[in-house]
Amino acid sequence: MADRAALEDLVRVQGERVRGLKQQKASAEQIEEEVAKLLKLKAQLGPDEGKPKFVLKTPKGTRDYSPRQMAVREKVFDVIISCFKRHGAEVIDTPVFELKETLTGKYGEDSKLIYDLKDQGGELLSLRYDLTVPFARYLAMNKLTNIKRYHIAKVYRRDNPAMTRGRYREFYQCDFDIAGQFDPMLPDAECLKIMCEILSSLQIGDFLVKVNDRRILDGMFAICGVPDSKFRTICSSVDKLDKVSWEEVKNEMVGEKGLAPEVADRIGDYVQQHGGVSLVEQLLQDPKLSQNKQALEGLGDLKLLFEYLTLFGIADKISFDLSLARGLDYYTGVIYEAVLLQPPARAGEEPLGVGSVAAGGRYDGLVGMFDPKGRKVPCVGLSIGVERIFSIVEQRLEAELLYKKNPKLLNQLQYCEETGIPLVAIIGEQELKDGVIKLRSVASREEVDVRREDLVEEIKRRTSQPLCIC
Amino acid sequence: MADRAALEDLVRVQGERVRGLKQQKASAEQVRPRRRKRGQNEASEDRAGVVCIEDRDLEEGTRLIEEEVAKLLKLKAQLGPDEGKPKFVLKTPKGTRDYSPRQMAVREKVFDVIISCFKRHGAEVIDTPVFELKETLTGKYGEDSKLIYDLKDQGGELLSLRYDLTVPFARYLAMNKLTNIKRYHIAKVYRRDNPAMTRGRYREFYQCDFDIAGQFDPMLPDAECLKIMCEILSSLQIGDFLVKVNDRRILDGMFAICGVPDSKFRTICSSVDKLDKVSWEEVKNEMVGEKGLAPEVADRIGDYVQQHGGVSLVEQLLQDPKLSQNKQALEGLGDLKLLFEYLTLFGIADKISFDLSLARGLDYYTGVIYEAVLLQPPARAGEEPLGVGSVAAGGRYDGLVGMFDPKGRKVPCVGLSIGVERIFSIVEQRLEALEEKVRTTETQVLVASAQKKLLEERLKLISELWDAGIKAELLYKKNPKLLNQLQYCEETGIPLVAIIGEQELKDGVIKLRSVASREEVDVRREDLVEEIKRRTSQPLCIC
Repeated sequence: MADRAALEDLVRVQGERVRGLKQQKASAEQIEEEVAKLLKLKAQLGPDEGKPKFVLKTPKGTRDYSPRQMAVREKVFDVIISCFKRHGAEVIDTPVFELKETLTGKYGEDSKLIYDLKDQGGELLSLRYDLTVPFARYLAMNKLTNIKRYHIAKVYRRDNPAMTRGRYREFYQCDFDIAGQFDPMLPDAECLKIMCEILSSLQIGDFLVKVNDRRILDGMFAICGVPDSKFRTICSSVDKLDKVSWEEVKNEMVGEKGLAPEVADRIGDYVQQHGGVSLVEQLLQDPKLSQNKQALEGLGDLKLLFEYLTLFGIADKISFDLSLARGLDYYTGVIYEAVLLQPPARAGEEPLGVGSVAAGGRYDGLVGMFDPKGRKVPCVGLSIGVERIFSIVEQRLEAELLYKKNPKLLNQLQYCEETGIPLVAIIGEQELKDGVIKLRSVASREEVDVRREDLVEEIKRRTSQPLCIC
Repeated sequence: MADRAALEDLVRVQGERVRGLKQQKASAEQVRPRRRKRGQNEASEDRAGVVCIEDRDLEEGTRLIEEEVAKLLKLKAQLGPDEGKPKFVLKTPKGTRDYSPRQMAVREKVFDVIISCFKRHGAEVIDTPVFELKETLTGKYGEDSKLIYDLKDQGGELLSLRYDLTVPFARYLAMNKLTNIKRYHIAKVYRRDNPAMTRGRYREFYQCDFDIAGQFDPMLPDAECLKIMCEILSSLQIGDFLVKVNDRRILDGMFAICGVPDSKFRTICSSVDKLDKVSWEEVKNEMVGEKGLAPEVADRIGDYVQQHGGVSLVEQLLQDPKLSQNKQALEGLGDLKLLFEYLTLFGIADKISFDLSLARGLDYYTGVIYEAVLLQPPARAGEEPLGVGSVAAGGRYDGLVGMFDPKGRKVPCVGLSIGVERIFSIVEQRLEALEEKVRTTETQVLVASAQKKLLEERLKLISELWDAGIKAELLYKKNPKLLNQLQYCEETGIPLVAIIGEQELKDGVIKLRSVASREEVDVRREDLVEEIKRRTSQPLCIC
């Protein structure tokens, strides 16, 4: 018995030792050594005596929403949903998992990030990875040829959080999509208008929407001499230009992906360009690019798009950026991504880092993959990345709250001056004992003691005067 | 080539044969359970279970199907591998469904009623992940554990989809070291029920939970839960309902004094619970015939469990010579007496029935338990009735949080769960019966053009309207016909049309047309926003 107690003590001490090393970020070998010792000691203790395991955590990459976080979430969703409704969208919902076959072959390299359900004797299932493939399945299943719908729900990706700080495995997406055969670029333009309306209403700072087109990218790669087989992988490299320098991207293309250096250089001449509709017109005149049919189509559509965006009053927020090359395989036309320009930071806080808060594009081939007769339904849409927006709004609310909790008198008076409050009723210890409140006029700075029971009357009297010469 | 075609024919015929057999089996299963079926109701989710079919015919049927399927697979193998034709997977997983815009409109109505009631009683709201660590859910659901969806072991933590919202709540309380909270949580839960057995039972469905955690004076939170249940069911207007109430301690005490061996308590409980669907004879047969209970013990149980009534039954049992000797039963009866006092003050005692056969499935209830059932499910003339079923349930569970706390610290909890899936169907049917047109969008005005080449003007105008917060749409056509635009409004219920015309442009006006009355009036461009707002804010929206 005493032996066991002594052993349990040793285990406890060793456990603390290990924890301490981990906190100090000691070397991995050292930690492993001490962990091994700990496990040996525990083994001596024998199997658990039936003590329940205390599993007090959510799975890796997921989190609960406390009431406070729910309040933030509700605010944000209200803004987004009212915008979607303003544009006449219906709403749908789909199951959290799909048949595994439904998701197979739709996400390219990202397919390894899909959560599968265990084979328990029935259908093979996987958790949805986005809301777009379920939407395409929904359209084909119900034989719909046109719909404007939004869908707000959580999606699941087995990201490795160590690689990408703060990246969740379960997170919300707010999708808006227009399916149907329509006159060109009208629905595409409305998607961009919606994106801008939402980001403006949320008041999370200045933003920019980058726009490009799959056909322009593909055409550009072709005329630069990229072999067909390398298109997708070169695309991924180019997409990194918003985070790393051109030199690094070029090294990856040439060094890792086997691209000829002169081809890389030609790509470099194009992808480092961005601008407004004038860049579109310039490229339409480009001797090499204008020979490529795909690129011409893309450029033509972008030109039309810019016309509509101007009529919608948002052209100043849009930048045609040749380095935008978003990852997913299913985009077929225009693609876009909204980024925050100056992520709002509190004084002394780490900036959130430039990142995208919304993205989307046209994907005309997806529904056809589900239809037995291969019937196509053209689609265009957008997705708002709300998780990042939640953090921004939360930080902003925290700042307000902190200010309200510990007000200094000077700050309180300053607040009145800034907001135009004419009177201040100041509570002080001595005045409390005397049964009075000090009533101060912000404008004249005169203070007078007023008996507690007369305060309401006095305030009403002073604030009812026409010019409020309080 | 001809061989292949012939082979494909054989495959097709064999496939139909298999399908036919499966259908026959399914119909046979449907007919059988009407006499001894188990929970058909969505809200009694917490005691879902699968009854073993011992029927010879069905075993025979299964064997036959297996034989024919084997033949089919052999034929298919001869055809060779798929020629790379994409598989057309046009279905949601078994037991799940999409919500169309119309169904979403129904869902939103129902949730609004429920949420506003929860808020009225001061509840906060939380959310938790769709899956938990497998360990979190292990050992919490008794027999029902086999219905949990597990995630594949992909090298990381072992995960399972949540089975209810109560265990995640207990985990949340322990994790955040909370000792009291009043919270609601509306989310989907997952159960691998066998849909062939229980028609219409979903594997993914919504639960609306409300729980009060904390050490308080007895029965006050419990009474508030029942008050909330009644408020919600009344507001939803889905017909008359009754709330059955019982207590775990009374059940356990009753079994003890009747002579049920401790080891059989839970399984006898399940049998008793079926009394709302099948007769006492059948329940007794199951207890004696299948579960090995002595017949005289079963009879004693029968004397008690067929009783139900108001507070007078509580008082009667408090006087029962045998039951009043049992400490547990006394505690339960005492609490129920107090509960009835509070329910009377809350004005809902007439809706409550103390029912000794209520024995809800989950292991974690420790005190009062309750279940709300619809009395006369509204049926359309000629429609099959929905069948009596429970639409809400709950109870007290004082030991659950302690299972998560490292020091075993207890946090007493009581709560309720609204079974909304059934309520969705009822409300949907009601709307259909009333032929009420449910709009799936909120668009107030369609921006239209009367002639060609007015796209630019439409885009400019609609942008102005959106910027002013007005809900507006336009057709994605450069030169749409006016008639098509008007038709679109009628189909989707848009009440107003703002028509741009060449002449009107010159005059600086827009023609505003009411879809319902067909009246048109010219409005100055700068007054349009105001006019639209005025018309659409009127209560009956006689635009």
